[in-house]
Amino acid sequence: MTFQVGEELPPLQVQVTRDRLVRYAGAALDFNPIHWNERFAKQVGLPDVIAHGMLTMALGGRIVTDWLGDPGRLVQYGCRFTRPVVVPDDDKGAMIEFTAKIAEVREDGSARVDITAKFEGKTVLGKANAVVR
Amino acid sequence: MALDQSFIGRSYPPTSIYEVAREKIREFAESIGDEHPVYYDPEAARAAGYRDVIAPPTFLTIINLAAINAVVADPELGLDYSRMVHGDQSFVHSRPVHAGDQLRLTTHIEDIMTRAGNDFMTVRADIADIDGSHVCTSRAQLVVRGES
Repeated sequence: MTFQVGEELPPLQVQVTRDRLVRYAGAALDFNPIHWNERFAKQVGLPDVIAHGMLTMALGGRIVTDWLGDPGRLVQYGCRFTRPVVVPDDDKGAMIEFTAKIAEVREDGSARVDITAKFEGKTVLGKANAVVR
Repeated sequence: MALDQSFIGRSYPPTSIYEVAREKIREFAESIGDEHPVYYDPEAARAAGYRDVIAPPTFLTIINLAAINAVVADPELGLDYSRMVHGDQSFVHSRPVHAGDQLRLTTHIEDIMTRAGNDFMTVRADIADIDGSHVCTSRAQLVVRGES
């Protein structure tokens, strides 16, 4: 696969609802109550239940692996968790919008893809990028 | 309360072997809404050149999180879990995780620092297959918000 700096990946939008959080909690074995218990979340100063940062990260990985075709070609992936994604108790939940583009192509043929994740117009991941080959 | 800096450099050897199951990969892939057949179908995975189904890139959060929780539970470290948030996370893979892998995880406290009243701790986990070959290095920065 040949990579071109500036190439944009097909965007991805994911609707995150409470049932998604419960599924993810069970699959990832992350049972922190801030991700499912509104009473607890508010007690610790959050506006409501928030999505797992690791769930947002995993969804951000999909924009890259969907485009790659072979997910095993994503070799590195990292991000900062900069803003919570608040998930209300309704059928709509929270819409996270992912975009990504190739930021760098290296001599060994690998490339760095920068990923942007936005919720309510604001970025929720910082320095999110993946190295692909 | 500041974290005990003497914990920098500490390592925690593997306490168990984590055997990666096809069904756990399926469950994880479903939970992130990813329908790629290499996560579900051994035939599709073999056609793509893998010996069995592979796992999504952040799958190892399952064992990484458990290891972090074990480290931060040490009362001598002085970490208030209720004030801890995940600051950042990265995974560097030598190869994808496959069903059937028997993984061992070694945890290291790389750094502890205090900035603006908050504590920051960097925890690295080296994840290797049963034969000792490297599979993935995970790094997490944990932030413990200061008492306000």
